[in-house]
Amino acid sequence: MVTGGALEMLWLIPVLPLLGFLVAGTGTLLRARSKGLVSLVACGSVGLAFLLSLACVMALAGLPEHERSYTVTIGEWIAPLGLSWSFRLDPLSSVMILVVTGVGFLIHLYSVGYMAHEEGYWRYFAYLNLFMAMMLTLVLGASLPLLFVGWEGVGLCSYLLIGFFYEKSSCADAGRKAFLVNRIGDASFIIGMLWAFVLFGGTFDIAALIERAPEVAMASPGSVAAICLLLFGGAAGKSAQIPLYVWLPDAMAGPTPVSALIHAATMVTAGVYMVCRLSPIFVLAPSALFVVAFIGAATALLAAVIAMAQDDIKKVLAYSTISQLGYMFMAAGAGAFTASIFHLTTHAFFKALLFLGSGAVIHALNGEQDMKKMGGLKKALPRTYLCFAAGWIAIAGVPLTSGFFSKDEILYKSFLYNPVLWIAGLVGAAMTAIYMTRLMGLTFFGTSRSHDHGAHPHEPPATMLVPLMILAVLALVAGFIGLPAPIGEMFGGHGESPFGAWLHPVLSGPEAAMAAGHPEGHGLELLLMAVSSLVAVGGIGLGLWIWVARPEMASLLAARMGALYVAVRNKLYVDEFYDAAIVRPWYALSRWFGRFDTVAVDGVVNGVGAIMLTSGHVLKLFHSGFVRSYAIAYVIGAGLIVWYLL
Amino acid sequence: MIPFSSVLVVSAVLFVLGLVGVLTRRSALLIFMSVELMLNAATLVFVGASRALGTMDGQLFAFFVMTVAAAEAAVGLAIVIALFRRRRTTDMDQVSLLKW
Repeated sequence: MVTGGALEMLWLIPVLPLLGFLVAGTGTLLRARSKGLVSLVACGSVGLAFLLSLACVMALAGLPEHERSYTVTIGEWIAPLGLSWSFRLDPLSSVMILVVTGVGFLIHLYSVGYMAHEEGYWRYFAYLNLFMAMMLTLVLGASLPLLFVGWEGVGLCSYLLIGFFYEKSSCADAGRKAFLVNRIGDASFIIGMLWAFVLFGGTFDIAALIERAPEVAMASPGSVAAICLLLFGGAAGKSAQIPLYVWLPDAMAGPTPVSALIHAATMVTAGVYMVCRLSPIFVLAPSALFVVAFIGAATALLAAVIAMAQDDIKKVLAYSTISQLGYMFMAAGAGAFTASIFHLTTHAFFKALLFLGSGAVIHALNGEQDMKKMGGLKKALPRTYLCFAAGWIAIAGVPLTSGFFSKDEILYKSFLYNPVLWIAGLVGAAMTAIYMTRLMGLTFFGTSRSHDHGAHPHEPPATMLVPLMILAVLALVAGFIGLPAPIGEMFGGHGESPFGAWLHPVLSGPEAAMAAGHPEGHGLELLLMAVSSLVAVGGIGLGLWIWVARPEMASLLAARMGALYVAVRNKLYVDEFYDAAIVRPWYALSRWFGRFDTVAVDGVVNGVGAIMLTSGHVLKLFHSGFVRSYAIAYVIGAGLIVWYLL
Repeated sequence: MIPFSSVLVVSAVLFVLGLVGVLTRRSALLIFMSVELMLNAATLVFVGASRALGTMDGQLFAFFVMTVAAAEAAVGLAIVIALFRRRRTTDMDQVSLLKW
């Protein structure tokens, strides 16, 4: 390879935040108080990582298209399995490191303001930096086990940060729930990974796996499909898909910047990334892709429905995240991996923006999260309102915002794959527009419904506002890197968007074949685009009508819906169902096995003890305490021995 | 020359005297002296056997026994003194604290 320079320092990208973690972690242990140092180290390490990522990606772009894959090995790891600490940068991981370090840096900056008055400032940044290091390991890892190290690492940080306010038992419970639900997915991931190792001839390297995939799939298509499904099981855990999505809404117990960084922009997209990373293997198993697509669509719909009736501002955003992740999987399942990664990127911007904006609202209202007690914040927080509104129209899919382009590409590609998916996606999009408008209406429009907030709602400090503004701009314009073909051509482009062309070498799938199969023009794509624009604008209009123009309408509708509304409000009783169907039977089984311990194992141990005790009680009768009677016993004993020997 | 059987008889008599003393006396000091008597009976057998067999091993063991007896006397007397200081008695029947 003829590069050197920035790419040689690729390994530093995850190591920089790791150093930040070491400093912040040491400070935590030493109970450091001053906040300046840790703010500088934590933000600085991530900022440097972002600059280095930029340099690396530019160096990568300087290479010819088919050499855009650069691996740096910094040491042996598990030599017998051929594993080493290898980091690989290619177009896909380059998109991810830019998103992770870029959004991550903004959120670090935001946290400086948001966490200023909280206990555990050092601990918070230690966890956050460790998360960045782990996420970058996940993204850059060249082998599945190294990816898995990052995968587990981000899970750990997620657990630690959800339970950050561990004095509150609900937070600690939420952390445990996230950890345990993720374990189920991770178990599936490990099985898939090891099976792939065996089936693909003893390699863990992702590039090698992809290279060998076609012949292996020829020989044993069933096993490859099973491996893909197992890996997707891991992705469903991490990326909160049916049936393992239940941890994400509870994860909102963590500090809001954490929700933005981990539970919206980066970590939860790890599953999508992993599926796209292995896309050349997934396309060899159409049945697995079919499952991925439909689970994604079902999740997108279900989560959107639940989001309609939540009152906690963060819960709405959490379900919205699950729903958007569903879109990404739907795209991946339809073979549109580029669209999936495109939506991942735009979603990272607008969802981070929405979470940070909700954090600003919560901050202004002294921790109030219930939207029923908000309202009318447009006047009090004009700048936050403007930023939030950018995120709102982006996620709702108003034309020309980033969310419009990425969601639209997903809808178009899924229409080509299976129109049922398109209908599900379209309904989901309409609901997205409606619940986001509801959120806007209840929070910013109308009049204040707060009961007692002695403090006057105030705009957040600059460290919080600046990241909001940057993200707001990105949420509005980021879509232009991935303009769909028909619009791109209007501006003199040709066919693929710059984003698609950049990712093309790593994400070739049936997508390419599909595009070739529809050369007759862009009529269909433009038509679908018009339909989804109408849906988005219609959804917003309906939402404004119900929750802003006629506020009494909402409760009327709720009353009319009756039981359905109550069920949706209670999250369709999924948690209760899991509790009854899985958790309780599992506890019962555990208790039953526990009885083996108490009856059999303890029985043996206690029995031995009881025998000793009883024999002691019998033997103590022989002890009179009189020395001379001992002496007699001694003489008799000695006599007996002598008699026996003679 | 005294036959070995006579030596054995004398030492057996000594040993039984000592044994009876240990079993019947109450005073710690007297029990002690009786134990010494039993030890000396054993020493006598060693010396007699050494002479009868024409080897030095028995005489060697006689010295061992004397050494052990001296050490035992030192420890034993120390115990008796400590006991007397605490309880103002050396009657072994009064010393039955280990009784359950």
